[in-house]
Amino acid sequence: MSTRLATGGRLLNKSAPLSFSFNGKQMRGYEGDTLASALLANDQVLVGRSFKYHRPRGIVTSGPEEPNALMNLGQEGRFEPNARATTTELFDGLEAASQNHWPSLEFDVGAINKHLSRFLPAGFYYKMFMHPRPLWKHVYEPIIRHSAGLGKAPKAADADNYEHFYAFCDVLIVGGGVAGLQAALAAGQSGARVIVLEQSPHWGGRAPVDGGRIDGASVEDWIAQTLAQLRGMENVTLRERTMGAGVYDHGYVLGYERLRDHTPDAPGPRHCLWRIRAGHVITATGAIERPLSFAGNDVPGVMLASAVRDYVTNYAVSPGDRTVLVTNNDNAYLTAIALKHAGLDVPAILDARVLPQDSQLVAQAKALGIRVLMGQGVSSVQGSKRVTGVAVCSQAGEGAVLEEIACDAVAMSGGWSPVVHLWSHCGGKLTWDKARACFRPDQDHPPTGADGLGFVTPAGAAAGMFALDDVLHDAHAAAEGVATTLGFKPAREARSPVAERREEAPMSPVWQMPQGASVKLREKTFLDYQNDVKVSDVRLAAQEGFVSVEHAKRYTTLGMATDQGKLSNINGLATLAGALDAEIPSVGTTTFRPPYHPISMGAIAGDARGDTFQPIRRTPLCEWHEANGAVWEPVGQWRRPYAYVQSGESTHDAVMREVTNTRQNLGLLDASTLGKLIVRGPDAGRFLDMLYTNMMSTLKPGKCRYGLMCNENGFLIDDGVVARLDEQTFLCHTTTGGADSIHAHMEEWLQTEWWDWKVHMVNATEHYAQVAVVGPNARKCLEKLGGMDLSREALGFMEWTDGELGGFKVRVFRISFSGELSYEIAVEAGQGQAFWDALLVAGHSLGVMPYGTECLHILRAEKGFIMIGDETDGTVIPQDLGLNWAISKKKDDYLGKRAQQRSHMQDPNRWKLVGLETTDGSTLPDGAYALGRGENENGQKVVEGRVTSTYHSPTLDRGIAMGLVLNGPDRMGEVLTFPGTDGKTYEAMIVDPVFYDPKGEKQNV
Amino acid sequence: MSETVTALKNARYSAGIAEISEIGPLGMITIRGDLDAPFVRKVAKKVAGVERPARGMCNSEGEAGIAWMSPDELLLFCPHVQVSEVLNRLHAAFEDTHTFAANVSGARAVFRVAGPRAREVLAKLAPVDLAPEKFTPGMFRRTRVGQVPAAIWLRGDGSFQLFCFRSVAQYMFDLLKAAAQPGSEVGYFQPTTEVNREKV
Repeated sequence: MSTRLATGGRLLNKSAPLSFSFNGKQMRGYEGDTLASALLANDQVLVGRSFKYHRPRGIVTSGPEEPNALMNLGQEGRFEPNARATTTELFDGLEAASQNHWPSLEFDVGAINKHLSRFLPAGFYYKMFMHPRPLWKHVYEPIIRHSAGLGKAPKAADADNYEHFYAFCDVLIVGGGVAGLQAALAAGQSGARVIVLEQSPHWGGRAPVDGGRIDGASVEDWIAQTLAQLRGMENVTLRERTMGAGVYDHGYVLGYERLRDHTPDAPGPRHCLWRIRAGHVITATGAIERPLSFAGNDVPGVMLASAVRDYVTNYAVSPGDRTVLVTNNDNAYLTAIALKHAGLDVPAILDARVLPQDSQLVAQAKALGIRVLMGQGVSSVQGSKRVTGVAVCSQAGEGAVLEEIACDAVAMSGGWSPVVHLWSHCGGKLTWDKARACFRPDQDHPPTGADGLGFVTPAGAAAGMFALDDVLHDAHAAAEGVATTLGFKPAREARSPVAERREEAPMSPVWQMPQGASVKLREKTFLDYQNDVKVSDVRLAAQEGFVSVEHAKRYTTLGMATDQGKLSNINGLATLAGALDAEIPSVGTTTFRPPYHPISMGAIAGDARGDTFQPIRRTPLCEWHEANGAVWEPVGQWRRPYAYVQSGESTHDAVMREVTNTRQNLGLLDASTLGKLIVRGPDAGRFLDMLYTNMMSTLKPGKCRYGLMCNENGFLIDDGVVARLDEQTFLCHTTTGGADSIHAHMEEWLQTEWWDWKVHMVNATEHYAQVAVVGPNARKCLEKLGGMDLSREALGFMEWTDGELGGFKVRVFRISFSGELSYEIAVEAGQGQAFWDALLVAGHSLGVMPYGTECLHILRAEKGFIMIGDETDGTVIPQDLGLNWAISKKKDDYLGKRAQQRSHMQDPNRWKLVGLETTDGSTLPDGAYALGRGENENGQKVVEGRVTSTYHSPTLDRGIAMGLVLNGPDRMGEVLTFPGTDGKTYEAMIVDPVFYDPKGEKQNV
Repeated sequence: MSETVTALKNARYSAGIAEISEIGPLGMITIRGDLDAPFVRKVAKKVAGVERPARGMCNSEGEAGIAWMSPDELLLFCPHVQVSEVLNRLHAAFEDTHTFAANVSGARAVFRVAGPRAREVLAKLAPVDLAPEKFTPGMFRRTRVGQVPAAIWLRGDGSFQLFCFRSVAQYMFDLLKAAAQPGSEVGYFQPTTEVNREKV
């Protein structure tokens, strides 16, 4: 029976009872409980089923290292799988359910797997993957997928929101135990900016449970005093419920703060991810107790000794009336003493050591009347769903049972491992401490920063100091050392407190209990509870040749579960070392990677969800488009109207209508997204001559020229119209998607190669709203607005002018991407909507209609104009597209010129741009390939061209397309075959890419 | 000529832990050139009425001011109605020099983030050390806010003025609202006494 004790419970508020449910059953707890302590108080010892064998499992620990007590919490938008009961604070109405059981926790069909364990050995997956393949697909996978696994994936959208917070400090201390607090005090007193992160809601770590006296006061009093002192310091920030999740380069640390997990209905974000830049990091992360490897060490009721005394002292929970303690060290005796003081029975302490004389704690236990059996251990634990007793054996033997002791809980301790994770994240090395049988930070090899110096320092138990006095001294010295390195002066009044020393006998490493355990016992001895890895599995891996710890880990899955092997790693690699007959340090450890403990995906995403998932760029006319039936198309991060759908129309209908109307009457296009880069200076012409393939320096002010831009490999990257504003100034239009990248491209050349050229650039893209007024009625519409002479004579094709139209200050470009009479008119962004409205009014009797990007595409395709991103894909040069006319022969150089002279670029067999006309008027599928003759060396059909743009043209009432075809321009009139992905085969004739008004008469009226 | 409107028509949010408002329209002119040239300093003083700012600073006087953008770039503020006039004066003053002044008033959206928690709201979004002793009035920082480029300027009254591109105004407003949502106080920065200086 585990139950609530009548008295005690230092973290409980017994005046605040709470109710919660577990697997639908109503239970009671108190404010201050964790879900784990509350479950134990309700005698819920069995809390889950194991991953592979569905073995009954109980709570093992009282902290984040818990491997078994993983819960599904909450419902719907607040559903969360794999939550550790030991770190889940109880709140009223909490709903928890156990995982990986079917049909119920008490009766689990999957538990039959345990009888199959002979067939589920280490490397099971790898072995089964190999052969026979059909068996895997039809037998293994469906069954194993169903039976192995932990939490369910949430199905509903997360109901909460999350945020980030950027903080900067000199000294970041991870861990708010006594070491962290003392380090904070010493660093804070030196004047450094200090942040202390504590993962739990309580300060002081486990020191209050383990007891002792500091500077003559109780540990609890010292913690309270120190906290009060720290809270009074302006330069010190204390954050509880905030875990140091990862340490990264340059002193970057992630802190994971759980703001609302314990009060889910309070307003505000649920988690906050702290993104901290620290001058130096002190890891005061404490240590984790190790389990012992004996048969049945996973039976519910077997717990870490430290966890047992945590539950008794902190939560007034008795894990059982009778608890047998199994240990290889003195520290665990504290648990027996705590149990006794709580009025509970400890039938025996099984101490694997043989001490020459009783240490202080052994004597104390004996004085309390506890039977201490030296040199003995557990042969096996009795019971299946909970402990009923232990069979005792000699540690030195093979497991012959000396006696059986009835009990309902077993407290075990195999010694302590410093939490070295954060030290190791960024490359800190470890050293094997033989006396304490643990890996601890090798302080001669810290993780190093840009200056080659260490930027992480461990303190206290995390550094391998386990005695209270050592912990405090070490933390104080570490903090003063760090402060000094950072240029702060330790305060004169600062001093390290003195703690009472407890004489302890040395521990003795025990990696298997009993040391000569038979195979039968080893097959019931678990190393990794969460992934069901046993001593026998690791031994098998070694036998099969997995000598590297990294390989053995992956083969057996040891330490690969959500707890990342916090309990199992050291025992596992000691077992591997034993099987290989090697020393533990020579086997080494696996790599520690962030996060220390799983953090929520929501916290990582922060504000990047919902409306703010990604910035959407909106033009000044966006609202109007939205209100007028726009169907959106993302172009870069912009949202552009694809078409404006009227009632009763399909999107396709709308596009067809827009094309026809623009060709016959008047269309308006929001062209604001096009890039507008102003280039100015005495060397501006020279600069643009290098960037464009054309000659730009000869352009006269008042004129426009279409230009092509290539990268240094000769590939076409952008195109657009350049207008010369004055002798020194050019305005370069770029594609919508290219505005930022082309700006960066130009700045890079300017700053890194031609830094002495006198040129300045300003990206004025967003200063303007730009409207294309297109169609035979375009001039009439603008004349109605009035204010400027826009006649053919006053403003010729490819010219621009400034002026006032209908009271708006405008710049008018007479350019055309449609083949129609067309003006592009720029106004300041804040006038954009008013100007658009004025055009709609003026164009009302002229058949004005807005058109979207698909119409724009069809208009340009009918004219054979290329589109960056359709006709180009990063491998196409202007010559492929028949754009030789836009490549200046007069210039010595331009970006891409040299590359275009390479043999491959000059190859006459490069695919070239042509028009494609289906023989039956249908529309070619986009991206379709033209079949050539025969097959290539890989047995694939030879292809000799592909479709780059394809549309139904309402103007010609047939499908039109452009494509790149082998020797295309020389093959006019030939018919190519294009298999579609729809099973049909299309036939199209090679034609000139200009389908509409080849002489260009319409744009030039 | 129609009235110039801002991207969000001066939207406001005041239900959270800080006051968020879109302000403007503001006159904004980019100046690129040799910032150490004496005539640039002189023109700055003459046109905007303030000294050319030091690196990372913004000097202002009433509605006019100049912010340091980069080693060869300044951003001049003035009332929106005065842009043409100021631009003409700058063009005249910069004639014959390799200095460029361009009107970018329409290119940006400007927000005011005010209240004792303004620092916290911005510290949720920008990787900048906003501690009161580190980010002091008059500082102007180009940075990242959420996923977009922006600049933040701490004004003399303790409020922040934030500049971003006009196209992402709605994104920025949504981001600021979320960061200022009720119940999201962080309590990280020591409360400061509100400074109120005419000029910083």
